[in-house]
Amino acid sequence: MHRFANPMRFVRLAAAIQPWTAGVTLILLALGLYFGLFDSPADYQQGESVRIMYVHVPSAWLAMAAYSTMAFASGVGLVWKHPLADLIAKAASPIGAAFTFVCLVTGSLWGKPMWGTWWAWDARLTSMLILFFLYLGHMALLNAFDDPTRGTKAAGILALAGFVNIPIIKFSVDWWNTLHQPASVSKVGMPTIDPSMLLPLMLMGVAFTTFFVTVLLIRVRSEILAAKVRAIRLNQIHSAPGAISGELVGESPR
Amino acid sequence: MNRLAEIIRRDLRLALRQGSDSVMVVTFFVLTVVLFPFGLGPEANLLERTSAGVLWVTALLASMLSLDRLFLADYEDGSLELLALTPTALELLVIGKVAAHWLTTGLPLIVAAPVLAVLLHMNADGFATLLFTMLLGTPTLSLIGAMGAALVLGARRGGVLLSLLVLPLYVPVLIFGVGAIDAAVQGLPAKAQLLLLGGMLVAALPLAPWAAAAALRQALE
Repeated sequence: MHRFANPMRFVRLAAAIQPWTAGVTLILLALGLYFGLFDSPADYQQGESVRIMYVHVPSAWLAMAAYSTMAFASGVGLVWKHPLADLIAKAASPIGAAFTFVCLVTGSLWGKPMWGTWWAWDARLTSMLILFFLYLGHMALLNAFDDPTRGTKAAGILALAGFVNIPIIKFSVDWWNTLHQPASVSKVGMPTIDPSMLLPLMLMGVAFTTFFVTVLLIRVRSEILAAKVRAIRLNQIHSAPGAISGELVGESPR
Repeated sequence: MNRLAEIIRRDLRLALRQGSDSVMVVTFFVLTVVLFPFGLGPEANLLERTSAGVLWVTALLASMLSLDRLFLADYEDGSLELLALTPTALELLVIGKVAAHWLTTGLPLIVAAPVLAVLLHMNADGFATLLFTMLLGTPTLSLIGAMGAALVLGARRGGVLLSLLVLPLYVPVLIFGVGAIDAAVQGLPAKAQLLLLGGMLVAALPLAPWAAAAALRQALE
């Protein structure tokens, strides 16, 4: 793990992986959308609006996976002070928040024709909304301090504390009698979903995952490069003749 | 144990001498609850049905009101660093401060709640459960809040940020607190919700001070 603590090594590795994950995302997204929108049957109850599921369900998975990634990275960052783990946690939270938002919006769009309401206060929906607020809190806390390392550590502790919400979301449909339908893919034994619908769902699930990885790599890389640019700028200010500090105290520049 | 008592005594003495904090919290609680009959209208049925929720939400906001002072005063005048230098574990310090916070804000809320419940026409069957849920729930709120307060130490706009961090984590306590009272009012057993509230307290009691102490440690770095 500490092999990758060297940021430039990570940047090189990320640059090598990224075209592949981006390519896989494009291909699987195209396939998944084709199967999902054109080559899969409409549901006998839900009609055509079942197709919202192919976006809604993967974004819900990824919203939780992104939070788990963030919490795990925060834990690694806090315990081993691994610099990349902190960057990954920082990079994951806006992506996760976006997935959560997409999940809430698509669910709401699906809910209006199906349940007759945009929003219901049931356990799954509420816990997902709380996840969204946890993401917002994480991002706000990250940027709330003048010293960025302090923000990183505080946000890391918050990410770990908020992790209790993830099992609550996952099992909310089993623990409470909710309006939201119970799990149908990750069931013990055969999933209670037709193979013709499972195929596009799985394609989209993998496509969303590789998309997440791609964006995560881009964000971590740009964080590293931004830190480098900042270091170079500071260096220039320091070594420039008539540096600001020198002028202020009236000393001759070093 | 001695040290814990010492910390609690110190914080209580400070709260007593500086005064106003617990009075302010209770005043906020009473005033906000009294606003609801004006907003919803004086209809007894409606007030009765919403009373559990109104009381709990307001109590939750009131207990959050004093949270940002929990560590901030000590952090600003430097006594937090001195306390951290003593051989007392930082976790124990947090527990002591939380206990003092609960005694000065949580307990007055519990005392005020039944009076307000009468004003909101709550069914008399719910009174005992209301007290029980508050007794189990408000310490959990103080514990979770202490974690949030420790996290935002030294942050810009700490007060607003604190509510964003803490309120999502308060939701389970609110749900089961109100759920227990509603069950009791309808004559159903409220044992399950009370047990869950107790479980949350038992889980928060070791975990929240641990997280808060970790946050304090790097605030003092």
